[in-house]
Parts: sequence; C-alpha cells; structure tokens
Amino acid sequence: MASAAIPDPHHAADAHSHPPTTTGLNHRKIAVWAFIGSECMLFVSLISTYLIYKGRSIAGPYPHEWWCRATNTIGKTAAELGTCAPAETFKPILNIPVTSASTFVLLMSSLAMVLALAAVENADKPKPTGTWENILRSSKTWLWVTAILGTTFLGFQAYEFTSFVHEGLTIRTNLFGSSFFTLTGFHGAHVTVGVLWLLALLGIDYKRGLKPADALNVDIAALYWHFVDVVWIAIFTLLYLIQ
Amino acid sequence: MATMAAPISATSAETSSPSGIWSWLTTVDHKRIGILYLVTAVFFFCWGGLEALVIRTQLIGPNMKIVNAEQYNQLFTMHGTTMVFLVIMPLSSAFFNFLIPLQIGARDVAFPRLNAFSYWVFLFGGIVITLPILFGLAPNGGWFGYAPITTMAYSSGYNIDYWVLGLQILGVASLAAAFNFITTIINMRAPGMHLMRMPIFTWMSFVVQFLVILAFPVITVALVFLMFDRFFGTNFYTIAAGADPLLWQHLFWIFGHPEVYILILPAFGLVSEVLPTFSKKPLFGYPVMVYSGMLIGFLGFGVWAHHMFSVGMGPVADSVFSLTTMLIAIPTGVKILNWVSTMWGGNIRFTTSMMFGIALVAMFTVGGISGIMHSSSPADLQQTDSYFVVAHFHYVLFGGAVFGIMAGVYYYFPKMTGRMMSETIGKWHFWVFFIAMNLTFFPMHFAGLYGMPRRIYTYDAGQGWETFNVMSTAGAYLQAVGMLLFLYNFITSWRSGPKAGNNPWGAPTLEWALPSPVPDYNFAHIPTITSRYPLWDQKAEELVKSESETTIDGRLKTAKELGIPMPFPTIRPLIAALLMCTMICSVLFIHAGNLPLALTIGIASFLGLTFTLVSWLTSALE
Amino acid sequence: MANEAAHAADAHPADAHADEHYHPQWSTYWKVAVVLTLITVVEVWIYYIPSFVASKLFVPSLLIMSAVKFAIVVMFYMHLKYDHKLFRALFTGPLLIAIGTLFGLLFLFGKLAIRLGLGAG
Repeated sequence: MASAAIPDPHHAADAHSHPPTTTGLNHRKIAVWAFIGSECMLFVSLISTYLIYKGRSIAGPYPHEWWCRATNTIGKTAAELGTCAPAETFKPILNIPVTSASTFVLLMSSLAMVLALAAVENADKPKPTGTWENILRSSKTWLWVTAILGTTFLGFQAYEFTSFVHEGLTIRTNLFGSSFFTLTGFHGAHVTVGVLWLLALLGIDYKRGLKPADALNVDIAALYWHFVDVVWIAIFTLLYLIQ
Repeated sequence: MATMAAPISATSAETSSPSGIWSWLTTVDHKRIGILYLVTAVFFFCWGGLEALVIRTQLIGPNMKIVNAEQYNQLFTMHGTTMVFLVIMPLSSAFFNFLIPLQIGARDVAFPRLNAFSYWVFLFGGIVITLPILFGLAPNGGWFGYAPITTMAYSSGYNIDYWVLGLQILGVASLAAAFNFITTIINMRAPGMHLMRMPIFTWMSFVVQFLVILAFPVITVALVFLMFDRFFGTNFYTIAAGADPLLWQHLFWIFGHPEVYILILPAFGLVSEVLPTFSKKPLFGYPVMVYSGMLIGFLGFGVWAHHMFSVGMGPVADSVFSLTTMLIAIPTGVKILNWVSTMWGGNIRFTTSMMFGIALVAMFTVGGISGIMHSSSPADLQQTDSYFVVAHFHYVLFGGAVFGIMAGVYYYFPKMTGRMMSETIGKWHFWVFFIAMNLTFFPMHFAGLYGMPRRIYTYDAGQGWETFNVMSTAGAYLQAVGMLLFLYNFITSWRSGPKAGNNPWGAPTLEWALPSPVPDYNFAHIPTITSRYPLWDQKAEELVKSESETTIDGRLKTAKELGIPMPFPTIRPLIAALLMCTMICSVLFIHAGNLPLALTIGIASFLGLTFTLVSWLTSALE
Repeated sequence: MANEAAHAADAHPADAHADEHYHPQWSTYWKVAVVLTLITVVEVWIYYIPSFVASKLFVPSLLIMSAVKFAIVVMFYMHLKYDHKLFRALFTGPLLIAIGTLFGLLFLFGKLAIRLGLGAG
C-alpha cells in the first residue's frame, strides 16, 4: 500500500501519458475515504450487536456488575450478592483504569501520526535550528512513536483479554463474551494492520527517506490510523463507560 | 446526427491483443475482465437454470419423488444463491467493467490490478459455493441462510460452511470492485464529462457501488458471527444463551434489501441506454432519472424490515417500514413513466435489444405492483412465504434484471466482440423467453393465493395447485429452450457473425465512437465532451480524432505506437485471490476436527498472500 | 449521499491543486491533543461519581463528549475540515446511514423507545 513504485499521478502531465484526474485528487485517497465510509457500516453492525445483546446474557460474568454463579444473582456491589463463596463470585469484568490508559495511548498515537505526516510534508524545508524543531522534523521518530504506541495499545488489549479469561469470561461464555471479544477483537485486528502499515512506511523511510512526494502515502496510512482511533473513541464510551 | 459513421473499417479492428490462456489469466484490461465476468456468469446462469429445472420437474405434480426433501433444500438454496450472487451480480459487473471506462472517456479503471483481483476472487468464491452440490453437500439453508437454523445445533454438516465461506469470499470481490468503480467514476471522467452528462448506466452503477460498500459490511459481520458460532462456539445465534432469533434476520435484510437494488439498478441503467437509442429520442427527464436512482438507493437502507412483517415486530415498526416501502414506489414509478415517455412519439426500431428493454418496462411493472401489495403489512401476512412472493421476485429479477441484462447483451455484443448477433434467432429467443417467463411465473401468483407455500419439496393433490404447477413447469422447460437459442446465437455470432461497425445502432453515447472491438487503450486521445449525447451532437471522428490512430494500411495503431502507457499483465492478482480463498477456506478443517491442518493451511496461505501482495505493490504498474 | 459526493466531485473540475490543501501544524495539533485528553479525563472522572452515574445526565453527557472527540479527530487529525469537500461527503454520507441503521436497530430491539404519552411506545 505504501509502495514507492506506484506512480504519482501529478507527474503524469505529458499528452500521451495519463490525463490528469477529474477532480485533481489522488485515486487512492478517494478509495481510502470510500473504504473508511464502508468501515463505518462494519463497526456499526458490530457495535449494534453488542448493544442489542447488552443485559441479555443469561449467565455471567457481566461487564459492570458482580455475579454469583451459585445463586445466579447480580449486584451493583459485592455486598448485594448476599452470601456467596469466593470461588462462585465474579467481579465486574471491565477494567476502567486500564482501558482509560490504553485509550489515552491510542489518542496520543494519533498525535504522533499527524506529526509524522507534518514531518514528511516539510522534509524538503531547510534544517531548523532548535532541538525540538529538529525532532518535530524527524518522520522516523514520529512513525516509530506511532507504531510503538499502537503496539502498546495492543499490549493493553492482550493483557485485558488474558485477564478476562482468567476471571472466567471467554468468547464462548455468554452473549457479552461473544459480542465483546468479537467487537474489540475486530478493532484490535485493525490496529494490527495499522502497525504493519506503519512499519512498511518506516522501511521505506530507512531505505530512501520519505520526501514530500510521499506525503500522500503517509496521509493515507494516517487517515486509516485516525479512523481506527475514532472507532475506539466510540467503543470506549459505548462499551466501557455507559453502564 | 453522425449515426452510422464508421470511419475506421471493421477489418482494422483486429489490433490483436495477445491471445491464449495465459493472456486471459494475467489480463488487467477492464474490457477483457468484463468479458470474463460475462462468460462466467452465463455459465452459472445455465447451472442455476438446471437447478431450477430439477425443482420444477419435482413440482410438476403432487407427491413426485424425483428428489428427496434434503436434495430439494440444496437445490432451492443453490438456485437462489447462484442466481443472486453468481449470475445477476457478475452479469452487472461484466457491464460495469466493460462500459464504465468507455462511457466516461477513460483508458482503464482506477486500479486495473485490483479489478483483476476482484474477478478472480469472484470466480474462486463461486467455485467454493457451487462445487459441493456435485457431492450432495450443497448449502441447504436457503439463500438467506436464517440463523439459528444454520448454526451447528441444527445444521451440523459441511453444507452451510461452504455457503458462509463462499459468501465471505464473494463479498471481498464485490467490495474491492466497488471501491475501484467509485474512484473511477469520480476521478477518471474525460474533460467536459460533468456528472450530469454521464450516461445513465454509469450513473446507476455509481449508485450501486455505494450500495455495495454500505450493505456488504453488514452481511460480512452477520456471516462472521455465524462463522464464529459454527467454528469457535460463540453464542451470537444460540437462543438457549439468550440470543435473539431476529438478529440474523435484521442484519441479513439490512444487507439484503440494498442487495435487491444492487441487482436491479444496473439493468435499469442498461435499459436507459437502449430505449433512447432505438426510439431516436433523448431519455425523457434525464435529471429525474438520476435523482430517482439515488433516491431508490438511499431509501433502500430504510426498508429492510418489510421482509420480516410476519415475525411480530409490533404495529409501530410494521407501520414505519410499510410507509418507507410505499415511498420507494414513487421513484420507481417515475422511472417507468420516464421510459414510457422516452418511447412516446419516438421513431422506434424493434431490435431484439429494444424488445427486451420494452419487456423490462412491462414485466418490472407487474412485479412492482405485487411489490406494493407486499408493502402493506396486513396483506403481506397473507402472502409471505407463499408462491405469490416467488412470483413477485421472479417478475422483478427475471422480468426486470435478466431482461435488462439481455437487452444490454444484445446491444453491446457488437462493441465487445466486433460482430453482430443474429437478429432472427434473437427475436425467437426473445419471444420464447417472454412467453416462457410469463407461463412460468404468472400462475405462481394463483398458486400462492391458493395457499401453496414456498420451499416445500412436494405437495398433496386436491388443493387446487396442480394446474398452476404444470403451467409453471412447462414454462421452465420453455425457458431452457430460450436459453439454448441464446447460447447458440451467442457462440455462433461471436465466431462468425457479421462484422459490426463502430456504431451499428446509431447510438448517442461515447463508447460508440470507438472501434468495435475496442482497442486495448480505448481512447487514443481523451475526448472532450460537450453534451449528454455526444454522437448525436457531433461527428464521431471529431470526438475521438480517429484518423490519427490508424496506420497507413488502415490498421489501428497499438498502444506502443501511440506512446500510451499500458498496465503490464500480471498473474499476481490471480495468485493473491487464490491464496485468500485457501486462507478463508482453511477453517473448514476446524470443522473436520483437524486444527493443526487448518492452522498450517491458513498460516501458509496468509504468508503466501502477504508475499504476493508485497510483490504486487512493489512491482511497477506500467 | 451519492448525490453529495457527486456534486462535490463536480465542484472543482480539473483543479489540479486541490490536493495541496492547507494542513494545520504543531500549534494546532498539540492543542487538539490537550482537548482530547481533557475530555477523556472528564469522561473517566464522571464515571467514578456515583450520584452523577445515577442521574439522567450521565449517558447524554458521555455521548456528547465522545461525539465531540470523534468530530475533533475527524476534522483536525483527519484534516477533513481543510480537505476537499468530496472527502467530507464520502465520509459523512456513509456515517449518517450507519448511525441511522444503529438507531433503527436499537428501536427494533427495544433498546430505545419513544414514549408517546398514550401508553404506547
């Protein structure tokens, strides 16, 4: 996707080469926006299913409530369960502090991503003086920061998934487990693709340096990355915060 | 009006793109890909038609025992799935591919290799879904595959797996093609080809691509749930775990209703090209045709639950979906009126193409009227799941989509192959098809109103259904005769039909300014468009400056001689498509209980796919 | 929605420089990041105020805050605010249909209801 071999339509100006595009816009950027539009429907289907099935699981564990397996009672607090053996007591599954941290990480990755794009767009400008200005101008730095923050988010998700399994929730356990793991898993898969995409851009950057002519390639990757971030903004509110 | 202009003689049209199987496997030329779609879909049309013949033979009389219930389930499932996903959609794709770049004045689509990928994915997906019937393992849950009946608890065989995986694969093909065509239409129009000068076929295709990118993700998600339920033991459709039996139905029809317009709008587009040409009149109310197409597409997302009136959604939901459904009749009715007004007072030539076009207007109206009957939820409760519904959707899909596509095939065959189809056989084909279609499907209205349910493999005598079923079966066999006439005409005309000039019909749109068949680069010079009907307003030679594309001996110049960069043929899209299919199908081995094999094939395919994609993306396009 | 896309596409025919849109730089980006962080902090904060969670304002305020975050990222980081309006159409059209579908499904499954004051709904 980030290949340098794909010809830039802006260079194709002579009569026998490709005619300029109708809108003056790049083909791939149009396709990516159409793709993002299509992804809206994908995630809305997944989110709808989660919301439709919210509160319909006939057995726990539950996202925000305590659950006693032996008596199949649900409570806002552990005390509301009455007497329940510790082995039969399941605490609320969702871990808001951890997910808040991972949400912050993903938001910051979006900041790093726009800085990477700005660095590529300004790659031809004269070298700035200050240290911070030089850092701002380094596309490699910001692509690495984005990729690492993305990987950190995935690390949080891996931690979250394994701890949920330890707490008794798998994808098979109940409707909450099925719809939760499928939705967040789909999102995680998108983040993974994004990280691979960023690594491919880094590969090009190390090989020959990303120039302003490559800004479009970075821009397209960035659009995808921010969209994945935006989906997480919706998921964080709808799944985690609203009880 | 430069109607019959043929500045470049037909003999010169043999610009000889390379032939041989390898050239077809590696082609990235949108016209060749269009022809691949056409031929493949015609093959599947015959296949799905044969399934229908067995169905009709079984139903010719009460208590027939040609097939048993299980075989019958497989037959009607595959008949529906084949006709929707492997016949009408790819037949439309054949025209998207062949026509869109020609109609907007482009040399190819925006992403030629992705386009080849779409075709190969479609072909492999079609094979995955079609082959199992030879082993008695075909999908048997209906083309709508309602869960929970398609979950492991009720369908533990492999049958449904092929359906789920096959549809996922076909979805990839449609989505990839849709992004491609959206970009092509937005961004590759020739100078002066404003949106409101675009031919209606391209317009309807544009709307359809948006329907595809918005509807297919929903079925993808529904199928992923079903896949996870079947292979990994999730609970999306497990009622015992609290799941809602309507979840699948809603998700399926959120996809399924736009899908109906994905099937019919391209045919509407084709007919909107055919009727003006053979009436020698511009299309009546062009802007209204455009807007009504967009409105049909938009409203198509708000009517899905009218397929579910019988599930008990309550009076509010039923009323809302009744009303939105009735609303859709308005833009559709506008289209019918505009077609009639186009023909009104025109100088009509009754070619085969025109006759199919007129038949679409009439037959679709019949199907549309029974459709409006269904929009009323109390009436629908009587009609749903009866043969009345079968009659309705065959009138819109056979009388509508297939007739429209047939009009398109007869109309564009000369442009595709450089030869004319026989009008004599064509007219026979038309009348046999027309009579057979009505003989088959009109009696189904009555059978349905007499209470004959859909999807039953046999029935007892004495319920008043016998006569209607005999008529339907006779009609089905007559359709087979019509299809044989078409195939004979298609093959012999391709081989030895009379040569066609550039514009044998005196048509007004841009594609007819080009030689037949079209050279691989389409336009030697990108034309400048000044009107909606360029060939009726100026001479073809002025439009495409054709004298400069021929050599002294009258042969068309090659792209090389003209200095036009052409995309390289490449096998990579085919390999990528194949590996993607093996990757998706590897989960079949999970069902077989062989997880290591599933993982091995899945991971090997994934690595191969990644390698192919990297090699694809780093290789030069042209 | 195809309509909007179509008109947007026609608005700048053959404007070869439309792609060289204005991109905001560091000065904008860090402010956006701060706003996003602050909203996120507020969101998590109110989650831990039981009286607010129990109030009728909790869900609407969370929805509004996340919608604002969503819009900010799309407008500034995805630079839709500065980009060609065709892209805006390609995104908002499908987004509106998606949101409509979401609401339709939530109504159909009884997750949302309109009280008509007639005992219905």
